Amino acid sequence: MDILERPPGEVRFRDPQIEMAHGAGGKLTRRLIEGLILPLLRNPVLAPLSDSAVFDMNGVRVATTADAYVVKPLRFAGGSIGELAVNGTVNDLAVAGAHPVGLMATFILEAGLRGDDLRLEVEAVASAARRAGVAIFGGDTKVVEHGFADGMYVSTFGIGTVDPRARLDARAVRAGDRILLSGPIGDHGITILLARGELDLEADTLVSDTRSVLPFVDALLDSAAAGLRWMRDPTRGGVATALNELASECALGIAIFEDAIPLRDEVRGACEILGLDPLHIANEGQLLAVVAAEEADVALEAMQAVPGGERAACIGEVRTAPAKTVLAHNGYGGSRAVDMLVGDPLPRIC
Amino acid sequence: MKYVDEFRDPQLIRNVAGEIARSVDPNHEYRIMEVCGGHTHAIYRHGLQDVLPENLRLVHGPGCPVCVLPTGRVDDGLSIAEHPGVILTAFGDMMRVPGTRGTPLELKARGADIRMVYSPLDALRLAQNEPTKHVCFFAIGFETTAPSTALTLLRAKALGVRNFSIFCNHVTIVPAIRAILESPDMRLDGFIGPGHVSTVSGCRPYEFIARDYGKPVVVAGFEPLDLLEAILMVVRQLNAKEAKVENQYRRIVPWEGNMPALRAMSDVFELRPYFEWRGLGFISQSALKLLPAYAAWDAEVQFEIPGVRVTDPRAAQCGEVLKGVLRPPQCKLFGKECNPEHPVGALMVSSEGACAAYYRYVRYEDDAANAQPVTS
Amino acid sequence: MCLAIPGRIVAFDEEQPLLAKVDVAGIKRNINVGLLVDQPLAVGDWILIHVGFAMSKIEAEQAEDQLRMLKALGEDRLAMDEVRGYAFE
Repeated sequence: MDILERPPGEVRFRDPQIEMAHGAGGKLTRRLIEGLILPLLRNPVLAPLSDSAVFDMNGVRVATTADAYVVKPLRFAGGSIGELAVNGTVNDLAVAGAHPVGLMATFILEAGLRGDDLRLEVEAVASAARRAGVAIFGGDTKVVEHGFADGMYVSTFGIGTVDPRARLDARAVRAGDRILLSGPIGDHGITILLARGELDLEADTLVSDTRSVLPFVDALLDSAAAGLRWMRDPTRGGVATALNELASECALGIAIFEDAIPLRDEVRGACEILGLDPLHIANEGQLLAVVAAEEADVALEAMQAVPGGERAACIGEVRTAPAKTVLAHNGYGGSRAVDMLVGDPLPRIC
Repeated sequence: MKYVDEFRDPQLIRNVAGEIARSVDPNHEYRIMEVCGGHTHAIYRHGLQDVLPENLRLVHGPGCPVCVLPTGRVDDGLSIAEHPGVILTAFGDMMRVPGTRGTPLELKARGADIRMVYSPLDALRLAQNEPTKHVCFFAIGFETTAPSTALTLLRAKALGVRNFSIFCNHVTIVPAIRAILESPDMRLDGFIGPGHVSTVSGCRPYEFIARDYGKPVVVAGFEPLDLLEAILMVVRQLNAKEAKVENQYRRIVPWEGNMPALRAMSDVFELRPYFEWRGLGFISQSALKLLPAYAAWDAEVQFEIPGVRVTDPRAAQCGEVLKGVLRPPQCKLFGKECNPEHPVGALMVSSEGACAAYYRYVRYEDDAANAQPVTS
Repeated sequence: MCLAIPGRIVAFDEEQPLLAKVDVAGIKRNINVGLLVDQPLAVGDWILIHVGFAMSKIEAEQAEDQLRMLKALGEDRLAMDEVRGYAFE
């Protein structure tokens, strides 16, 4: 396989300017990647468009990932940009079935950032890396003029080795497979929305769910590797977007059961007030997995046994039709299609 | 959640759905219009069409303030944001509504200071916190939202905040219902009345629908059980050959409405002689503007507003869909040129618009019938 | 149009009596109750919130009546079915 012998594909991206929505992880993000980046850079490793690139290096299956963090505010209930950067990078590797070997972190700092703030974030990077059992191998630091960045941005690179037991491929997903979720959704996205203070909403106990999902991945590989087909950490765009991507990759239908989806009261309350769908809200420490029906019970028990996995649940199953669609079913015979996020989730009054 | 969960009780929902199924005449094709966009959204969100009989169709009405706002007014509002030192504030719903030169979000990406607020009071507070800037609030909504704008304006006056203005696009629902009833191709059996508008205006304004047009009206809440009960009440009226206004949403809606809210509205607003509705054209006495006494806070007085009318793309059949003559997927543009990412017509703009809701929640309809459930 | 949801009053602002702290499933916000000046409001009352304003006070009795009636709808039907069942035996 010669990855460089490929002519560029056709660029279909025609948007006149970049909008915030291009970065929201929904449809526009996908259009940007599939319409511009993929055709110009195409190669077989990039083609699957997963969160990590998986390839053979001298006989070793390696996963690499790159990510960038631009969260505002820098610190929020339950976490901060530094912790988010480590956990997010670890999670992109973890859902590819890889154990992180090392990370690199680049800090882009705005002139005027307080030294104390930077120290706190480097400490956050260090302790998150310790918790995830991964080393920071290196990185870079750049400073831009005041007003040209929002305090600080963190860009990361991660590398890991793929667990030989992990045989992940969306195309291996079959009708009847179960969809498992590690815990309550929307905690991170709603925490950030509230932390920005524009909406004047307060929550007493809600915190970001930022954490490494490695323990969940390990639990699944230890208990049900043979039936484990697909994993994703549903960050930007939420569970809805991740499941829509799965539906189009495996060309089957995804059925989820509204009553089975774990959700904290506060997230639900905020979503009701703002007219948002919790399925569209970002998570930073949840794992979605597709497991064969016969292994599903064992896999779910293993997830629930992980500390912090008490509310893990089977939220749905894969069906033959309607193909490439995610349907949510309620407890009284009604259903609705769950679309990918379009742009950022915007609070609505109507 | 109290006052939410009880009204989503599966057993009760099945009870009422069963009662509707038993009450409908199988030989009659029922067409009931839910006037309010919030109802449209709830119907799709809760998959209510799935639990209703085949011969009972809900027709989506004009009650989505974002959808009925003509492109020209969006342009006018966005022109205010182009004045130096102006912060334009709007509800989240407005942020993706396309004007001729783009959406508020696109303008913001090009450098305009446009911010989303949850409440008009937040816009007023922003004006107090930014004394060197002028904060304009892009006001939209029906009678539910208009009193909030009115109270905010009264507060701005009381506090003497002068760097604040309102770009008023408040509309009233009754003239729009009348326009639909007067439309020659209208064929509706009855109406689900807008619950939250009625908290303000009460139930009396709909009496003409029953009296002059012989159609039942049931003012309804927004939970699945509320909507189903209201549908059952409409069906029962039709079966009894009655036409009256009933209030299903008694826990929230007082029959006479909310006097302080109506007072606040009459203190600051007057009716415009006419106003353009997207998809419906010009309707007389259907919108509000600020009284001359509030000219100092009236963006239409304080700023040069272009006021250019923009005709909707001819191919978009929003008007027919609004009047219930066509279903969303029967429009030539539906899902192709016109989709939630690139709305061409009014009804694709807001999540409450009939087309956007349909696109989001039921596009798969035709294949769903062939779905093979794997487990029971 | 008009997304509005129920919340419970947990406190009133001492300086601004028209401002109430309202709780929705653990999320709190200050809500202006200026549209409800003609009725008594107390901590513990449930109100309907829209764009930062209270639109209406929720009548618990009406809600209970409605739910009771809808429950009865099912029970009446079951009773009728039973009676019919005997008739066909």
